[in-house]
Amino acid sequence: MQLVLTEDQELISKTATDFVTGRSPVSRMRALRDSADRVGFSRELWKEMAELGWVGIPFPESVGGAGMGLADLIVVVEALGRNLAPEPFLSCVGLAGSAISLVGNAAQHAEWLTPLVQGERLIAFAHSEAGGRYDVRRVQTRAVPDAKGFRLSGTKVQVLDGHVADAFVVVARTSGGEADEAGIGLFIVPASATGVSVQRQTRVDSRNAAIVQLSDVAVPPERVLGRAGGEAAALDRIIDRATIVLCAEMLGGMSQAFDLTLAYLKERVQFETVIGSFQGLKHRAARVFMEIELSRSCVMAAARALDEGSVEVSKLVSLAKARCSDAYVLAANEGVQMFGGVGMTDEYDIGLYMKRARAAELSFGDAAHHRDRWAVLSGY
Amino acid sequence: MADLERFRSETRAWLQDHAPKSLIDQKFSDIEGTWGGRKASYTNPDLKVWLDVMGEKGWTAPTWPSAYGGGGLSDDEAKVLAQELAALRLPPPLIGFGLTMIGPTLLRFGTEEQKKEHLPRICRGEIRWCQGYSEPGAGSDLASLQTRAVRDGDDFIVNGTKVWTSYADYCDWIFCLVRTDPAAKKQEGITFLLIDMETKGVSVSPILLISGKSPFCETHFNDVRVPVRNVISKINGGWTVAKALLGHERTMIADTFGAGARGGARRQRSLLADHASRYLGESEGRVADAVLRDAVAQSEMDTRAFGFTVQRSRDAGKAGHQPGAESSMFKIYGTEINMRRNELMVRIAGPQALGWEGPGFDEQEIEITRDWLRSRGNSIEGGTSEVQLNIIAKRVLGLPD
Repeated sequence: MQLVLTEDQELISKTATDFVTGRSPVSRMRALRDSADRVGFSRELWKEMAELGWVGIPFPESVGGAGMGLADLIVVVEALGRNLAPEPFLSCVGLAGSAISLVGNAAQHAEWLTPLVQGERLIAFAHSEAGGRYDVRRVQTRAVPDAKGFRLSGTKVQVLDGHVADAFVVVARTSGGEADEAGIGLFIVPASATGVSVQRQTRVDSRNAAIVQLSDVAVPPERVLGRAGGEAAALDRIIDRATIVLCAEMLGGMSQAFDLTLAYLKERVQFETVIGSFQGLKHRAARVFMEIELSRSCVMAAARALDEGSVEVSKLVSLAKARCSDAYVLAANEGVQMFGGVGMTDEYDIGLYMKRARAAELSFGDAAHHRDRWAVLSGY
Repeated sequence: MADLERFRSETRAWLQDHAPKSLIDQKFSDIEGTWGGRKASYTNPDLKVWLDVMGEKGWTAPTWPSAYGGGGLSDDEAKVLAQELAALRLPPPLIGFGLTMIGPTLLRFGTEEQKKEHLPRICRGEIRWCQGYSEPGAGSDLASLQTRAVRDGDDFIVNGTKVWTSYADYCDWIFCLVRTDPAAKKQEGITFLLIDMETKGVSVSPILLISGKSPFCETHFNDVRVPVRNVISKINGGWTVAKALLGHERTMIADTFGAGARGGARRQRSLLADHASRYLGESEGRVADAVLRDAVAQSEMDTRAFGFTVQRSRDAGKAGHQPGAESSMFKIYGTEINMRRNELMVRIAGPQALGWEGPGFDEQEIEITRDWLRSRGNSIEGGTSEVQLNIIAKRVLGLPD
């Protein structure tokens, strides 16, 4: 693999950065939060991003996608992460899109993925359950077979963008105990289906999420993705892909948090000099810079490993997530400290990054979780 | 491409004809022949044979011009040569500061006469070089060095002491920073000077380190007469040369730690993990001590992240991007990874890491302990981590003094 952007990727990066800077500054995310906007992001902007081809980057041309890879997608997502753009990339592209793309058949691609790529249909991924923490296979929601397919019952929490989703990819269990490998299935459920109830949640980092309750929801066979009960390995791959999408967002966020901090170090005067001249702060800033550089290398490597189908994929995803978790939290915490008192105010953006850093760290496994996973995958 | 493949097959055939078979898969210690020099001792006489045939061909310094004793190879050809040496499991015919530090410096800053005088002797392994930079009173603040060189006709008279001169007791020549203008601003009164260590007035005393052994020495200069023609670049212009050379040194240090680590990371289980299983036991296929197991994973992952970052920097270089202050970042991170790994090895071995010598401790345990002690110097030598952080803050982040 080559750990350098291609000319095309450089171009995508520039376009995305310009677009996000102009159309989606942090102030927009802040305004949506303050007005408790019902949608929490801009449907128009999402549609535009789809028209620019960003939503379809990692999906096949048969569904209107670009047939490109995660190495290309992460360049766009990093730009979005820089400005905390609330559009549903992680949920629709990273999670639900990956699920339908990897496991769905041609008819399902046409019915669900094509409108997703066009920005016309929002699909969320209903996986997490209360108390599940980071164990991907811990699923209690049941899928009970009946004459017409399956009937789903259970409660999903922190379903990203679930409050406005048109449909869900629901992870449910056809058999087995609560953390077993066997028995895991993926099911498409329209939000309008009988027995589905959605309740919006409010998170510390303002990322949109909802509780999705399923009460005896009927799923016909054409909405079963892959083999009902046999998709644990696919679930791992979906989460790995989504994790790298989140890592790219984190990379953007940590870079921006650091840039804001660096600018402040060069402008804030105390003791008759700019505080950036103090060695006590300089060295810490240099450390943050190094950690961001290392994170970037790991995210680039993991995205390329996913695209190439490397045998090391899961290890490299864990490497990237562990690194990004620690580095983003460090960059944001150091940022608040270096901003001093104003860093604690809601008015300054650095606090928004600190909240997002922590929320991202605690999604798809923190650094300790991924070190454990690395060790297991390395045979110790 | 066809030319390169022809070069590969010719190279392989030549190496098979000329390389002594007794050297295959052998490792050699620091003081053995592979460093060359007048004082070289050859535990295996074939090392000298190997040095001579490779030196004759110029392949001890493959990319240097053949006019100066090098191989005149392109970068691609040199890469092929390195690959073929590795494939035949042969040791390098020659290593040392001549090849990695003073040679490249002479190629860039030396006069034609200086290149002709020194480079061929480096290529043939006749002269072993050491570095005279730090002084007892000039460590991180290198530019405050006080070794004086006073002009006397066509000579300088040198007085002072250099410290941390690695392997000075085995070396033949030393490249030094000396003060030639005490009145100038401190960076501007420094000259880069080459000194033959057989000159009258040069003496060397080894330094014992906390690890119980050491390559380091103090080198004293007492009225040492050095010809002015041994000045590299301009009189009082040595600081520029010194900084360029320090860049080489940091890259070399980072490569040393990054390269060793990269090989290990690709194995299914690392040496560190094996070490942990041996001393801590396993439970259900996992290292039994959860805290140390986590530290092993952290260490392996840090190493891998570092390896990818070094690769990214190289890939960017190949794609034509300008390098930043990477050598400083790599120096800090590479050395710190190595130091943490050494500490972890000791913590895993537990009380078995407490041996200095003698019964009750095996050879490997003694080595772990000695390596840990030696590694504490990694973040100090070649410019402390703090100095590197200053460089990053200034040159990359643009933070003011």
